[in-house]
Parts: sequence; C-alpha cells; structure tokens
Amino acid sequence: MDETLRELGAHIAEALPDAIDEIVVAYGELTVTVPGAEVVKVLTFLRDDPSCRFVSFIDICGVDWPKREKRFDVVYHLLSPTLNARIRVKAETDETTPVPSATAVFAGALWFEREAYDMYGILFSGHPELRRLLTDYGFDGYPLRKDFPTTGFVEVRYDDERKRVVYEPVKLAQEFRNFDFLSPWEGPDYVLPGDEKASAPKAG
Amino acid sequence: MNAAVGTASATTTDPNVRNFQINFGPQHPAAHGVLRLVLELDGEVVERVDPHIGLLHRGTEKLIETKTYAQAVPYFDRLDYVAPMNQEHAFCLTIERLLGVEVPKRGQLIRVLYSEIGRILSHMLNVTTQAMDVGALTPPLWGFEEREKLMVFYERASGSRMHAAYFRAGGVHQDLPRQLVEDILAWIDPFLKVCDDLEGLLTDNRIFKQRNVDIGIVSLEDAFAWGFSGVMVRGSGAAWDLRKALPYECYDELEFDIPIGKNCDNYDRYCIRMEEMRQSAYIMRQCCERLLKEPGPVSAVDNKIVPPKRGEMKRSMEALIHHFKLYTEGFHVPAGEVYAAVEAPKGEFGVYLVSDGTNKPYRCKIRAPGFAHLQSMDFMCRGYMLADVSAILGSLDIVFGEVDR
Repeated sequence: MDETLRELGAHIAEALPDAIDEIVVAYGELTVTVPGAEVVKVLTFLRDDPSCRFVSFIDICGVDWPKREKRFDVVYHLLSPTLNARIRVKAETDETTPVPSATAVFAGALWFEREAYDMYGILFSGHPELRRLLTDYGFDGYPLRKDFPTTGFVEVRYDDERKRVVYEPVKLAQEFRNFDFLSPWEGPDYVLPGDEKASAPKAG
Repeated sequence: MNAAVGTASATTTDPNVRNFQINFGPQHPAAHGVLRLVLELDGEVVERVDPHIGLLHRGTEKLIETKTYAQAVPYFDRLDYVAPMNQEHAFCLTIERLLGVEVPKRGQLIRVLYSEIGRILSHMLNVTTQAMDVGALTPPLWGFEEREKLMVFYERASGSRMHAAYFRAGGVHQDLPRQLVEDILAWIDPFLKVCDDLEGLLTDNRIFKQRNVDIGIVSLEDAFAWGFSGVMVRGSGAAWDLRKALPYECYDELEFDIPIGKNCDNYDRYCIRMEEMRQSAYIMRQCCERLLKEPGPVSAVDNKIVPPKRGEMKRSMEALIHHFKLYTEGFHVPAGEVYAAVEAPKGEFGVYLVSDGTNKPYRCKIRAPGFAHLQSMDFMCRGYMLADVSAILGSLDIVFGEVDR
C-alpha cells in the first residue's frame, strides 16, 4: 500500500515539479504540501490526470497553528475511485493572504470553503459567495481559532420585557475548567531549573 | 407550504410577472429538522435555492479539542443521531490508526453488527419519512416499530437507546450477552418480512412513483464533483462502497452485495436503500452466527489504552492505577494526522484527526456526508417544481445533527 502511494507521489512530483513542496507517506496516507498559490493547478492535475483521477471531492478544512508565521493549514482531501486511493493536499496561509478557490475544479468546494472562512477566517479568492455558513446571523469572530475561547463571548436569551431575543456577554456560573494533565517528563518542553546545564557544551 | 414571507423581486419589467420568494422552514415537517430554505420561484418552478444552515450548530469540533480522546466519543453520537454508532466508529478508527492498536475479532464482529443496525435505523427512518413527505402515512408507522426494536438492542448492549458511547478506542465497551445475540438473530427473519410489506406499500405505488421517478437526477460526474458519497453515488451508477473498496474491520470476510441504480433519480435511491437494509440484515446474520460460536476478548488488551473492567479494578492495584490515569488524564496519542472514513448509512463519514502527541485532539474535522449533499440543493432543485423540493430533500437523507455539527 505504502509503495503504491510513494509511486503515485513520485508521479505527481515529476509532473508538477514547481508546484510541490513536499510529499510524505505516513500512516498509510499520502500527503502533498503545495504553495498556497498553486492549489488550483495541483487539484486540476489530480482530477484530470489519467493515472490519478481524483475525481471525488471529499473535504476542505482549516487547521490553526497560531505560533507559526503562516498560521493556517488548508487541507484538501480527495478520493480516486479508479485508483481506490486517497490523497491529502496541504497549503499554508495566514489571515490576510487568500487561497485560490477550488470551486471551479470541484463544485462541492462551495460550502466547505465557506465553512473554513466562517470558522477560521481563511480567505478564498474567486469564491462566488464567501459568507458565513454555520454561525449565527451577525456573528463576530472565528470560533475554531485556537485563541477563541470555547465559551465564546456572547450568550442569547429571550427577554420577556422587550419581547425579543437579546445578546449579552457570557456569564458563567462556574469557571470553565480545562485541566492540564501533561506531566513535564512526558508532554511539553518545560525547562526545569538546572536542566539547561545538561545540554550546554562541557568546559575543557 | 410554510410561506411566512412573500416578497416580490423586481426582476422583470412586466409588473404582472414577478418572482416569488418563500421561506421553507426552519419549522417545517418536510425540512427534516431545522433547515431554512429560501426559495426563489417563478410561478411554481424553482429558480434558486439558498439553504441557511447552522441552526443546530453546537461547536462539536471546538468542544472535542478541549476533551480527552475518551471523552470525545459521546459527541459523535449526537451528530447523525439516527445511526449513532457509525459515527463513533470513524473516530475510533482514527485513534486506532494513530496508536497502531489492533481490535480483536470478536470486537470487530460486534462493531460490524452494530454498524449494520445503525444502517437499518437510518435507512428505515429515511425511506419511511420520504414516503411521508410525498403523502403516505402508513410506512412511518410500520417502519418505526422496527426502529424501536433496534433501539432496544442498542439499549441492551450499551445502556442507552441512542447516545450509546459503545465503541471505544481499541474495541467496544462490553461484551454482548448470549441472549442478546440470539434475540438479534431471531429479529432478522421477521424484519425481512417487514421490508417486503413496506415495498408492497411503496415500490409499485402510483403516487409514490409519480413523485419520485425522474425527479432529482444527478449524473455520476456531478455526484463525485459535488462530494457525494454512499447511496447518492450508488444511485448514479457507481459500484462504490467503502465496505468493499477500502474494507475496514472484518467486512472483507463477510458476504454482501452492493445495489446500484441506473436512472440516477430519487426512486432509484429509494430502491437502493430498501435493498441495503436487506443486505445489512444478511451481514447481521453472519455476525450473529459467528458471535455465538467464537468467544474471545472484545477490546484490545493494552491496559495503557483500554480501561480495566470494574471487577479487576477492585482486586488489582495496577488496574486501579490504570483506571485512575485513563479516566483523568486519558491516553496520549502519537503526533500525526490521519483521515479515516466509514461507510455510514448516509455516505462517507470521515474524521480528520490531527494529534500533537497529547491526551487531547489538536484538531478534529468531522466530514459529514449530509453537509456535502445538502449544499447541492440549489444544483439539484433548479428547474423542478416547488413540490419536488421536499421529495428531493427527503431523498438526500439529511439529518441536521451531522450537517451543522
């Protein structure tokens, strides 16, 4: 399985030498990293090339890595019923750089790109109607970004005096609990005082 | 029709001819939940459909990012709530692939058995309510009786009729009692009779055919480009089923057929769903017969992932430590990304999981089949009559839990 995927990856790299940054096969899945501007070219190739035929559109989603300079990954999943294989295409972008819209290649990208815009604020250039999809009418902010609190900012209730639904800042009866279970020797790189000496070059 | 707002848009110069905009839903029995469709009509012909979704958006993906892997499983029951365990299955498969855990055979058989029960639950709801959308009341009454029995099987396995949380990373929560497997086996034959009865009501029914034949036609090429999967592509003639094409669990050891359609319309999709229910019943029979013969563990034996049983916990200190660790911190999943999909009743239900090596998912994208199907409403309904909108919507098999997430 991995061998076939590697061959397929080599074939793609050969056909599009300028448009591919990296090809990885991990956990039995093929991932192709491309520059944001080349997304449409790569997707069109994957759909039309006779030895790829990734005609079935599966998914577009965003992933947020706030510490990176280009904080968003836009991840495309495609399926080839002829090859019986899946492929993942990844492109990096930030809050202001738009990614070319895939709607011209796959009609189904329409809502998936709207969702990525709604949830992360990722911009897609050439999308016919890039407006919010899942959140409330008049919603502000991008809820799936890592810096957006899980509790949100506003809550709604029906006000019987004003006879309408009102928006108010969130009031929590109990503080939102999110425990850090990571132990320093398994999880993150907490530098314990004194530990930095171990990696320092030895004198003499 | 729920014509709450009627506004005329001045698209033509003739003041007597104008397009009509109506709101279909959000509270409409044929909207299958909370869907608001803004329809633009020219007379009775649909010119444009704009679905407004998100009324059931609960932020499942955001919530999962703050929960451990074991705590995230019950959120999946609440997506497509007519076939809960199929969703859990996709999530468990992603975790297992990242961890490299193997599910024992008996665990796989139980998973397949309950996935097929989920398929019948979902198809039974869809087929009968689609009939109700076009005017027949008897099918839902007959079909829901069978659904009720299946939900009792859910309850007897997991303790809950709907929100089961029964599939866990590494296997399933508990073994099935022998009596339960026997009862499921005994349920299959009467169920096949009910399928025949339902077909007797619908398949050759003149009204049902008039409302569904040649309605909602979609070519195979369009179906793939719009991201369709499951019954929607099989209805357009592709012999594509993940259970056959990319087999997971023990589907490759079981015998079943994949029905496909020829005319790409609502009626073909109905026929496929009816046949798939029978095929599911055959799969269930094979699973039950093997479950009665082959005892064994139902989940992986890795104590670092699967919590110990309660009795063991009372006796063994090590089991107690494992129990405490797994129910507070949970297990850690190696960093990486994985996309795993199952053939859910509505189509390909996939989970794209990004792990950063901690005890919580870094990103969990839920790829719901209904989401891709619903976005094509505009494409599928254009040029059809207003009354066909509810027939097409019924045939898409939409459940809002998974569309809005």
